[in-house]
Parts: sequence; structure tokens; C-alpha cells
Amino acid sequence: MAFSLNVNGRSYAIDVDADTPLLWVLRDVIGLTGTKFGCGVAQCGACTIHLDGQAVRSCVTTIESAGTSPITTIEAIGDTPTGHRVQQAWLEQEVVQCGYCQSGQIMSATALLNENPAPEDEDIDAVMAGNICRCGTYPRIRAAIKSAAAGVPAGKGG
Amino acid sequence: MRGQQLREAGRAALVALVAGAAITGMIAVASGSSGDPAASGGGALKSVAEFRSIAATDARSRALFTEAARVITDPRCMNCHPATRSPTQGDDLHPHMPPIQASESGMGVAGLNCHSCHRFENTTLPGTRVGSVPGAEQWLLAPASMAWQGLTLGEICRQIKDPARNGGRSLADILKHMGTDHLVGWAWHPGAGREPAPGTQEAFGALIEAWIATGAHCPS
Repeated sequence: MAFSLNVNGRSYAIDVDADTPLLWVLRDVIGLTGTKFGCGVAQCGACTIHLDGQAVRSCVTTIESAGTSPITTIEAIGDTPTGHRVQQAWLEQEVVQCGYCQSGQIMSATALLNENPAPEDEDIDAVMAGNICRCGTYPRIRAAIKSAAAGVPAGKGG
Repeated sequence: MRGQQLREAGRAALVALVAGAAITGMIAVASGSSGDPAASGGGALKSVAEFRSIAATDARSRALFTEAARVITDPRCMNCHPATRSPTQGDDLHPHMPPIQASESGMGVAGLNCHSCHRFENTTLPGTRVGSVPGAEQWLLAPASMAWQGLTLGEICRQIKDPARNGGRSLADILKHMGTDHLVGWAWHPGAGREPAPGTQEAFGALIEAWIATGAHCPS
């Protein structure tokens, strides 16, 4: 089936089954491999992308359900003001350990800050609970989100 | 076909990178269905006609509600009428995984709404123990005032009739909601990996209609 996707501001003509998850379209058809496969059942958040500005789990979002809404992936999130701040905060806080989950973490953190520019701890936990990090970088993730929210560098977190 | 090939190829290539004990355990928790129809109270609903032998109107009304409550107390309905602002899932009403908060809106918190995972229809996940991720338009939790978990049938019944708690609904509005609302109707079309609620939405609506017509009496 033919679909037209707008990914990171660029149009793509895609020919896949209607129930193909966006994750595999992004990774295997378009070649944007920054979005990761973790569990395949919306449990871990590694595959998080933005669909029409909202964080969605691309492993359970079919291309058909995406419609014509614009898609943003980790490859382009740094082009947005919030995404850039988040990525800079991630570097300043040295959040990443193994790094596998971090594209999903950054996409969720950016979605949070786009809707709630000054989140409290509980706001951060409520959103980021959907993203699992097997390295346990949660304290640094929270610190980086706060740093990005403040818009200024902060002391390195735990 | 290509989609299936992509999924299989992708899983084969990447699953080894992340398939540790934590993820495996997580998916096991997420697997909601026991596969036992009795566990979700499946089967047919009694018809309204089967209650005509109950002569006393108030007793007949209570019996009609009790039969309809086989749907109301089914896991497909109870999971989204929890005692807290976090849904439960599965036939054993275990906490939703991942742990999420529906907030007062019932649709999630800023940055993570229900549609982040629950799309506008069920999403089938071939080859997984989960079977599918449930979904429908306006996927959301019932309001806090309509929490059912932990209540008796009588308490649920009185709550359903109370406009102060049911969103200002009249009995006619309740019948419309129960008998025709698409989100209520999802309970009979829950997707792979889940047992549907007993009967049909039409049969459920008929029981509610007859309950209202007989005075909408509640069990004690």
C-alpha cells in the first residue's frame, strides 16, 4: 500500500503493509536508525518519536494510523529549540551510559518540556516512567530535564 | 507481506541487544489475558425475557441490574474504572505497565497522553504474548467520581444513578452511554489477547433499559 510520510520536514513515498509499525518504516525503509527497538509492545519507550508534536511509541503505531501528521525523530529533534536545549543538557549532565534508550528518553523529555516548560519532580516522573533505562541513569535524566527547563547549565547530577 | 518481513528482520537483528531479564520480565507482566474465558466472566447474558417470572417489580429490577453488572464488573470495564487515577490491566486487574497516570483529565499527563500507546483502534502485535495494544477514539480513564474497583454492586449502582457523580447524566443518558457509546462497546471487541465482556452491547443495553423501566432499583 502506498503512503506519503512527512518525516523531519521531508516527504517520503512509502510502499508497505498498512499495519507496518512506524518504527520499521523509519529504520528499515527510510534508514533513520536513531529510533530504537526495545520491547516491541510499548513497554520500554526506546522507540519514542513525535507524531504531530505528541510523543508516541513507534513500535505500536502503524503507518496507517499515523495519517499525514508530521513525524519528528531523534535525528531532527535538535533542530527545535526545546530539543536542542534537552540535548545540550544531556551532554552537560553526562546522562548517557550505554546509550541505547537515550533517543527515546530525549524524545519523551522534549515532549514533556514542550507541554510543561517548568515540570516538578512528580511531573517528570509521571512522563519518564514510560521510558526504561537498564543502566539506571534516571537521576541524571531528571537533572538534565530540570537543567533544560531552566535553560541554563546546572551542576552535574547523580 | 513486506511489513511482516520488516518486523521479523528487525526483531532478529535487534532483540539480542536488549533482550535481558528486565525486558523479558516486563513483557510477562504486560501479558494481560489468562486465556480462560471464565476468568473474564465470558459467555452470554440472560435476556430481559428471562426475568419476567420475577413478579415483584423492585426485585426484578435488582435482578436485571445484577445481570447487567456481569458486564460492569468485567475486567474489560473495571480496568478503566480504577480506585486511583492509574488504570489497571489484565483479567487480574494488575497495575498498568508501564506505570502511568491518567490525571484528572483521564487522558494522561502533559507530555504523555493515553494515545502515546493506545491508538484509535486496537493494534495487533503478531508473535507477542500481549497479542495487541488496545485502542479506540478518545481512549481515556473514567472520572474519579466513577471509580468502581473496591465497591459493592449496590454502591456501583447508586453511583451510576447519581448525577453528582455520573457527569450529570439522567437515566436516559445512562442508557445511551451504556448501550451505544463506542468506548463501552470496545469491551466486546478488545483485540487479540483479551477476552470480551459477556454477551453483546445490545443485550447489555436491553438489560439496562429494562432495569430503568422497572424503577432502577439497586442491590443492597
